Amino acid sequence: MEKFIHLFILLPIVAFIISVMIPKKQERLLSRVAFVSVGLQFLAAVLFLILWISNGTSVLNLKEFSIYKAHNYDFFIDFYVDKITLVYLLLGSLITFVITVYSRYYLHREEGYKRFFNTVLFFYSGFNIIIFAGNIETLFIGWEILGISSFLLIAFYRDRYLPVKNAVKVFSIYRIGDVGLILAMWLSHHLWHENISFLKLNNAELVHHHLADNSLVGLAIALMIFISASAKSAQLPFSSWLPRAMEGPTPSSAVFYGSLSVHIGAFLLLRTYPFWEFQTIFKVILVVSGALTAIITTFISRVQSSIKSQIAYSSIAQIGLIFIEIAFGLEVIALIHISGNAFLRTYQLLISPSVVSYKIREQLYDYKPRVRNFEESWPKRIENTIFILSLKEWNLDSLMYRYLWNPIKRIGGRWTWMNFKYIFYVIAFMMTLGLVLLYFSDAIDDEVKHYLPFFFSVFGFLIAIKAFSERDSVRKSWTLILFNHLAIAIAISFNEHFDWMHHVWYLSGVIGSWFIGLMTINYLRKREVWISLNQFYGHSYEYPKAALLFLLCCLGFAGFPITPTFIGEDLIFSHIHYHQVGLALFTALSLIINGLATIRIYARIFLGPHVKNYHEVAKRSS
Amino acid sequence: MNENNSFHLEEIIAELKHFLPQQAPLKDFIHHNTLHAFQQSTFHDALHRANEIFGYKTYLQLSDYRLLFEQGKISQNALDYSLNLHDAIQIKEKVLSNYYDENVNPRIENVRKHWKESFHIDMDAMVHPLLFRILSSYLDQGIATWISPFSNEGFLSAIRQLEKSSATSFFRGKHARELLQDEHTSLLDLLNLVVGEEKLFEHYLFDQQFSHPGWSGMVAVLSDNENALLDGKRIDFKEFIHFELLLEIDALDYYFGEIWSPISYRIKEQITELFAPIVSNELAQVRAIWQDAYEKTYYDEVLNGLLSKANNQEESTPLLQSIFCIDDRECSLRRYIEQVHPAIDTFGTAGHFNVEFYFQPEHSPFYTKVCPAPITPRFLIKEIENPSTRKKEWHFNNKVQGLLPGLLISQTLGFWSGMKLLASIFKPIQNAASVSSSRHMDTAASLTIEHKAGEFSADGLQIGFTVLEMADRLEGLLMSIGLNKNFAPLIYIVGHGSSSANNTHYAGYDCGACSGRPGSVNARVMSFIGNHSGVREELIKRGIEIPDTTQFVGVLHDTCRDEMSYFDEGIISAENNVLHAKNKEYYLNALDLNALERSRRFVVLDSSRSLKKVHNKVKLRSASLFEPRPELNHATNTLCIVGRRSVTKGLFLDRRSFLNSFDYTVDPTGKYLLGILNAVAPVCGGINLEYYFSRVDNQMLGAGTKLPHNVMGLIGVANGVDGDLRTGLPNQMIEVHDPLRLMVIVEHFPEVVLKTMQINPATYEWFINEWVRIVVIHPTEKSAYLFVKGAFVPYEGLRHSLNQIDDDILLDLLKMEHENLPVMELNH
Repeated sequence: MEKFIHLFILLPIVAFIISVMIPKKQERLLSRVAFVSVGLQFLAAVLFLILWISNGTSVLNLKEFSIYKAHNYDFFIDFYVDKITLVYLLLGSLITFVITVYSRYYLHREEGYKRFFNTVLFFYSGFNIIIFAGNIETLFIGWEILGISSFLLIAFYRDRYLPVKNAVKVFSIYRIGDVGLILAMWLSHHLWHENISFLKLNNAELVHHHLADNSLVGLAIALMIFISASAKSAQLPFSSWLPRAMEGPTPSSAVFYGSLSVHIGAFLLLRTYPFWEFQTIFKVILVVSGALTAIITTFISRVQSSIKSQIAYSSIAQIGLIFIEIAFGLEVIALIHISGNAFLRTYQLLISPSVVSYKIREQLYDYKPRVRNFEESWPKRIENTIFILSLKEWNLDSLMYRYLWNPIKRIGGRWTWMNFKYIFYVIAFMMTLGLVLLYFSDAIDDEVKHYLPFFFSVFGFLIAIKAFSERDSVRKSWTLILFNHLAIAIAISFNEHFDWMHHVWYLSGVIGSWFIGLMTINYLRKREVWISLNQFYGHSYEYPKAALLFLLCCLGFAGFPITPTFIGEDLIFSHIHYHQVGLALFTALSLIINGLATIRIYARIFLGPHVKNYHEVAKRSS
Repeated sequence: MNENNSFHLEEIIAELKHFLPQQAPLKDFIHHNTLHAFQQSTFHDALHRANEIFGYKTYLQLSDYRLLFEQGKISQNALDYSLNLHDAIQIKEKVLSNYYDENVNPRIENVRKHWKESFHIDMDAMVHPLLFRILSSYLDQGIATWISPFSNEGFLSAIRQLEKSSATSFFRGKHARELLQDEHTSLLDLLNLVVGEEKLFEHYLFDQQFSHPGWSGMVAVLSDNENALLDGKRIDFKEFIHFELLLEIDALDYYFGEIWSPISYRIKEQITELFAPIVSNELAQVRAIWQDAYEKTYYDEVLNGLLSKANNQEESTPLLQSIFCIDDRECSLRRYIEQVHPAIDTFGTAGHFNVEFYFQPEHSPFYTKVCPAPITPRFLIKEIENPSTRKKEWHFNNKVQGLLPGLLISQTLGFWSGMKLLASIFKPIQNAASVSSSRHMDTAASLTIEHKAGEFSADGLQIGFTVLEMADRLEGLLMSIGLNKNFAPLIYIVGHGSSSANNTHYAGYDCGACSGRPGSVNARVMSFIGNHSGVREELIKRGIEIPDTTQFVGVLHDTCRDEMSYFDEGIISAENNVLHAKNKEYYLNALDLNALERSRRFVVLDSSRSLKKVHNKVKLRSASLFEPRPELNHATNTLCIVGRRSVTKGLFLDRRSFLNSFDYTVDPTGKYLLGILNAVAPVCGGINLEYYFSRVDNQMLGAGTKLPHNVMGLIGVANGVDGDLRTGLPNQMIEVHDPLRLMVIVEHFPEVVLKTMQINPATYEWFINEWVRIVVIHPTEKSAYLFVKGAFVPYEGLRHSLNQIDDDILLDLLKMEHENLPVMELNH
């Protein structure tokens, strides 16, 4: 029966690969591959469910293979099935099936028909990896796929400004969630001294035993998981990304942001429930967060005058309640709530254009005088205050800018007076210094050595910031990202159990991506007059192939599971000691920021309104 | 600030309003010339100017024209003709293959772009999202669950009141807040603060408003027309600008603190005035040459067809007569009906059938206008005794969005949504959420058509028409279409409407002559009038004798489903009922054929199935949530033929023509022709030009693809949640449209037509500036005259042979060919 799992994982991936190879013009074939494969998946899921029930609903676990193994490190792929998996499988395959059939007609003649079905299948592959994952490492692969496919779906209309801007915005929030997971992996690696599988988490005694002495670490892990889950499920303070993700064709918004993607945070919490089950503080945090989200987003939803943002905020409010249900251990209720909410929001979004004719008719033909809102019974001052706050989305959208991205940009902006040449010299000097120090590391005083990793990680972080705030030269920003990776590598190298092979894992993907990316930029620079990072250029209009190639480089650069760097990233973290919180933090921050800087470069060069307007180009505000 | 200044400001505001898109809220979608503000210039001049000033693409790209030329869709002869016309034969080689830089650096934004270039701030990002949110919330017609606490005393005063008693503010800083509350602050004060130099005010305001033309246009429309919304919201365009300037001041304060300079202080270069004269250039000429050649190719094909087809005028007593709307979608249906039985006569006229009134559905406090938009009727017709109840769709109930109701609903009814979801994919049916043409007026309900002395509505509208008023309207209708003798026993008056699902632009699919409503009420009212004995007696006095056996029947044709529903069948006499039963068969047959012809454009539809099956598939489109093209509406429209049916009968025009019946012998002086031209130019011309501009620049003049559209406050659509309203037509409506200007063809004497079209200057402007082309077919000479620069000149034809095709071969051809088909003469 375990073998079934292979089918569930492979079927969407194979379908994805096939659909990538189908020529653009073959609309029928493209959609057929998608809905037949997802439809088969649904049938198989039903069959599997019957088998599973008749076999006594036991939890299944399938340890696949180790991708990388060292003395106490084992990165292995692991699969796991229980009722949570099955609910998500049935829900996911059914809704995706419906949406693929729907989009088959809906997207007819749309520029990007192929891109759409490719991305949907890619998304669906990631979704399946997540729900079948048996450990966080495996889950993380799917998590990353979900992130990037979301970016591509939101920026589906890549020739307009807002979709691209919002795609980058959503990506930046997802990135925070990613790093939450990375840190959770790092901490739990030290807690368990192995890459723990979800199966083992079910062993309450074992969990209890490990957490007894490390309750703080346990809480930290739980909190990291919570941050990831909140970011993906658009809970406070991240909520404002969800309505802004509704930039793609309506069915894709319906399936991803109405139902599947947005409930993945809840999945993560359900999946890790045995781990934090007995951490009361964490459960209190979860309940408070869920309740706050539910209340505040309900108010925001109540003032929305656009149909999609109204549905988005209502859905977030329900997920807030779902978080509370999960905190109380009401697994079955949560699962029912998730499914019902997913169906409801999907359908609401799909019929959202009908709201005009329906409500206008309602008013025109069957007029009813308006009813009072309950807010009207409040004192005027309170009513108005809540109204204004809700209309401004409680400043959630500007929050991230004001307190995170803008300060970072400002720090980076401080050095504009510094010529790139000098920066380069400083970096070169530091790198050489680092390597020299490394070579003679035996001779260095332990006290000093203790601080070196931290020192270099801060240095790396500053480079990342510089890369992120560079407004001018694409190549400088791109190369700074490379230096950031190198600095991280040096920082980690000072830790004793150090293995050069790990660096090869880590840096091979980075350097390769950097080089090909640089070539692509050079290719473009030869043909186009000027490219800076100060605006969107939309060059994918004339260079779709270069755009694709560069996207792949960006993914490799950002540690996406297409190069060994992905495993390297995890390996690097396994070398960060338990007590090196500062090192872990700055390395994690580096990863957030260089990922952002990377995707921003891609967006600026290849996406957005085309700089040349000999053809139709949309207004920025449209 | 002296009076002189404020006077000037009013002028600027008026001009600004004039240039902004004039699109009504979604419920009243009315087609109009997208570039109406340029209409006082000639077509090509205007297009060039719009391109240079606003950056709109106003023509196809040169590469598109050249491709059309290669494909033969622009003929060699037509190109030569056009080159001659533009006196440019010497640049033929360049027209054909020279590279021209088609990038444009428009004047708009030239002042306001300095926020980014000289001040390094992103003003739009700071201002737009909040501005759109507040405005949309203020204007919201019923999406928000929490009905906003905005008062309805105008936009600014509503915001003032809201802010006054609130612990928080829309603004970030104090400065803008104080300016808002200070009622003495004028628009000029704010402009002085933000812009500085007075001579840049106009340019700045244009830049600012054209950075979000959708919302601005909506405000401009609502500002002039308070009744445009059901839930009337007062908004003044100037107040909107006022508030936007305050938000800009707030953004500047946020970036720079209290001290910053107006934008003009950092503008070093000389800025060309927005409307300063524009020099023509060779690219503009080349574009005009291609466009004229493109049009000439098609026009010539049509005129050749009209002039050289056999004249099959038959004078016998017709079996039945049908009066349709002028709408191009009825063009093919009329052809099929005549094909089904040779003794059937069809007519076309504006689809309000010469009755102008407001319609009030039962249970509704609102009136809805059902005649062309420029007319302001004095009459009201009410629906009474409506036996049906409206079906509800709980998904649209606001409660579903609530927190606790949502908790219950999502866990229970949520699964029902899942079922509906599946059903909507595999078995689409018309339901409460979809738009149905038949729901405009209930078939079983009654109407208050005849005026009873003393019955007036509260606001002074006369309820129903008196007998004399009815007689005037019937006479007008019959005379204008030339039907004043030889009446058939049954005369069908066929209004039209459309059904669709998930369609925000539904109002644009209904009858344009009925202000975007189905023509069912008008058809029914006109039939009632036609059957009224008092009216008939009155008409006899006026020389029109309708036999007692003749009866009028009101019909609604659903242009999406290709179905007909008949009103008041109970009044048909027993004798006529036998005929009526047969006639319905004919109609059914014709509707099947019509559905087949339409299906060829829906490429995913398999036209090789049986007629009935194809028709059923076509019907499904009206109920399918996932169908962004329920029908193609006016796409491909290019012609408007005003004349007797004999001019066009037997000619295959591929559904591209508006057809208006008119008999020059009945109207030798052009009395009725005037009314027709007054309607045809703005209505058909407006439709045609809206399609033209939405096609050539779907991003700036059209609404882009409709797939990501989000409904804002029930009044417009935007992309995503932070976008500007999209105006014009979505891509799915125009993608098969060829951007060609409308050619009006009138059958009459050139001198009569010339005199008639000059009577109304507004109408004449369309023709003299060539936004609409006009040709006269001389009824006795059988030759054509083209209107050029104020005179009719003999038309030079390029081709002299006409393709012939048999009816059944045509059917096969329709099944195979998705593209436009040439004009052909049909042989039975």
